[in-house]
Amino acid sequence: MSGMTTGFRALRLPSLTPAQRVMGLFGFWLVLAVCGPFFAPYAPGQIIDTEVFAPLSHRHWLGTDYLGRDLGSRLLYAVRYTVLICTLSTAFSCGCGILLGIATTATPAWMEQVAGRLMDGILSIPSLLCALLVIAAFGDSLLALVLTLGVIYTPGAYRTSRALALRIARMDYITVAVARGEGALFIIWREILPNMRGPLLADVGLRFIYAVLLLSNLSFLGLGVQPPLVDLGSLVRENVLGLVYGSGAVILPTIVIGVLTVGINLVLDGTSRR
Amino acid sequence: MSRAHMISVRNLDIVGHRPDGGTVPIVRDVSLEVREGQMLALIGESGSGKTTIALSLLGHVRPGCAISGGQITVAGHDVTSMTRHELRGFRGRTISYVAQNAGTAFNPALSIAQQVIEPARVHWAMTRQQAERKMIELFRALALPEPETIGARYPYQLSGGQLQRLMAAMALITDPEIVVFDEPTTALDVTTQIEVLAAFRAVLADRGITGVYVTHDLAIVAQIADHAVVLRHGQVRESGTVARILGNPQDEYTRELVAACRIPPRATPCAPMASAREDRVLDLSDVIVGYGNRTAEGLPERRILDHVSLSVPRGSTLGIIGESGCGKSTLARTISGLQPWAAGQVVFRGEALAPAVADRTREQRRRLQIVAQNADLVLNPAWRIGATIERVLTFFHGMKGAEARAEAMRLLDMVRLPHALLERYPAELSGGQKQRVNFARALAARPDLVLCDEITAALDPVVAAAILELMAELQETLGISYIFITHDLHAVRAVCDQVAVLYAGHVVEQCDSQSLTAGAHHPYTRLLVSSVPEMRAGWLADAMALRHAEGAPAAQRRADGGCQFFSRCDMRMPGQCDRGPVPVHTLPDGARIACYRSCADLAFPGGVAPAAPLHSYES
Repeated sequence: MSGMTTGFRALRLPSLTPAQRVMGLFGFWLVLAVCGPFFAPYAPGQIIDTEVFAPLSHRHWLGTDYLGRDLGSRLLYAVRYTVLICTLSTAFSCGCGILLGIATTATPAWMEQVAGRLMDGILSIPSLLCALLVIAAFGDSLLALVLTLGVIYTPGAYRTSRALALRIARMDYITVAVARGEGALFIIWREILPNMRGPLLADVGLRFIYAVLLLSNLSFLGLGVQPPLVDLGSLVRENVLGLVYGSGAVILPTIVIGVLTVGINLVLDGTSRR
Repeated sequence: MSRAHMISVRNLDIVGHRPDGGTVPIVRDVSLEVREGQMLALIGESGSGKTTIALSLLGHVRPGCAISGGQITVAGHDVTSMTRHELRGFRGRTISYVAQNAGTAFNPALSIAQQVIEPARVHWAMTRQQAERKMIELFRALALPEPETIGARYPYQLSGGQLQRLMAAMALITDPEIVVFDEPTTALDVTTQIEVLAAFRAVLADRGITGVYVTHDLAIVAQIADHAVVLRHGQVRESGTVARILGNPQDEYTRELVAACRIPPRATPCAPMASAREDRVLDLSDVIVGYGNRTAEGLPERRILDHVSLSVPRGSTLGIIGESGCGKSTLARTISGLQPWAAGQVVFRGEALAPAVADRTREQRRRLQIVAQNADLVLNPAWRIGATIERVLTFFHGMKGAEARAEAMRLLDMVRLPHALLERYPAELSGGQKQRVNFARALAARPDLVLCDEITAALDPVVAAAILELMAELQETLGISYIFITHDLHAVRAVCDQVAVLYAGHVVEQCDSQSLTAGAHHPYTRLLVSSVPEMRAGWLADAMALRHAEGAPAAQRRADGGCQFFSRCDMRMPGQCDRGPVPVHTLPDGARIACYRSCADLAFPGGVAPAAPLHSYES
């Protein structure tokens, strides 16, 4: 047992800090999202074969989908939309949530009351239901998707960062900074934020995973990314018939969703255990 | 097996396991013995392994540590070879433990009685009725108020001193042969500590219990222990009878420790009390701080500080003493503008200060610096030491780059720290080093007045003594004034010119720090001064004999006027002290005392008829 753990220790890259490892994995997905489609052998909408749900072959490495399109190319495009939409929405939710969460530790009590009740309000609506309503009302453009996902996950980021910041705001070094006359922005950015980097990174990662899962759910229900665009959830939905034939077209996008979310989750777990 | 040695530890080694698989020695080759009915003190600073040794007597080591060698024999049991099951019976029946912080050792959701009799129930020692009778008996022996009914209360309803005694009752309920006390009075006020100590001593002597007492306070050792073992870095430096160790220490470290506990009063004469207004750096008059609803006059209903008037002469040190909850820290926050006052005036260097820090000028903020209490919380863990100090230099003096770095180095020299520390993070520093950096940061602003809020409270005595020395030295070279907030009267005598005594938000007295033990004083000042343990055997008995026979009720803030100290005072005059404003006497040397009694009465408390018992007044 102990021999095994030392073996694992030797395998680890010692030069990477936990934060670098998370950013590294995330960077890989981002590069794949941006550059992946350039390597796609076919256009995503191009029907290349008369055989639907074709198995893996040298012509189309990952087989074809329900219309005979190249699954590999479509997967590369799907990763692009899933990762980019979720990245933008996470940036939105965490940006707003964290800023508001830290700021309300320093502002008058009524601001926290207003912000806190608003966040509780959003939090009390089931996220999928909320997304369905917003999309039904405002349409399913990519911007609407990004903003919807962003708003839904803002309260979580707000709660977490506020809890973290409250603990830090009570520290004597903050008292000293306030007594020195430092501005609120300096205290938020330089005094408080660096001390919550670790837990916040984990939180941002989790928000990203939630966003991936919710977007995939929405797309699976037909409310997310619309054709001709494609994301991982819609790939699963349109090829769901292939389940009967044991086709890769439905299994592979599912596996990619799993690898994306579980992978980030595992790396995050590694950081928190440190 | 001879029972003469109740506890015998031979060549004990305890190691801690590092995450990388290596081990760190925590306790090295420690041997000690305790005879039946005696009390052994384990003395040492933090990290000396004293608690680790004490816990090992119960067969317990902290997670990640292990006993790697040696033998522990307690009351005939070989502790190191016991199984889990045997240990369970052994703990509680044979040996029990009283932890440091009673406030967190009790479960807030259960009543006191349920928790105190739990050990007896767990070990099937007696029936519930027997246990309850035993509990009440113990409560009485430990001088707890209302022994019959106190068990029905919950932890939040009781004071720290009471909880500490209740925890001792919990430890004693199974009639153990040995009790291990782990710094049981460290978190208490001196006035409470003395009562707890007296209660412990009486109970232990009465039952012939063998004890181990872990502490860093040599004055307490002198009161309660027969033998002492001085530890450092997990090794025994010296052991022997308490009288010999305190009176004639052989080991160099022990001598240092004894010297640190006997801080001499300052050699330089105190700054005069009655100084002209221009000679004062800070003046507080009738400052009121509070919270809650406003009264008709627009003042807060609940007061933390009530009509506080103080003055700090230029270049001198004003000590502020009082028990926890008296408003000491609020006073520091008020002066530094973090807690705005509701009424009153604060004049700093001839200018009236704004109540809130945001409304003060940069120059005012620069000249008034605060050094906060807890060394672990005062430095931002995400910043290197250099960045912490240089930020102040940039902020107040506009220094940048090499200039700031050079100045930061000069400041580190001033507080006697190596320059290499500039590149370190706070987590890599010791408590004393952090407190020095904290000081250097305040000095970086080139202040006129530094507010020191309990800066030595969390430090080991040797380190604290060095910090006090540094303070005095800096005052001499830089001419800074200090406000020194503390509950440690030795420290007050070592560094302060004057001292203000705070009780329940009122300044009951401001006087010369050297005259604390002589002349006319407020009854509370005398109580406080007489409660500070002295390093001589028999002090406890003398001090208890001087005290009011009745147990002191907890301080209650009175809203109806009259003296706040009334219910605890041994010189109270019912019908007079409890109504109307308290007159303030000014003594010839400038000292001020707020009391109804005349100065003559206060100077000779023995000549005054004893106070009427409290209940006769209240009925």
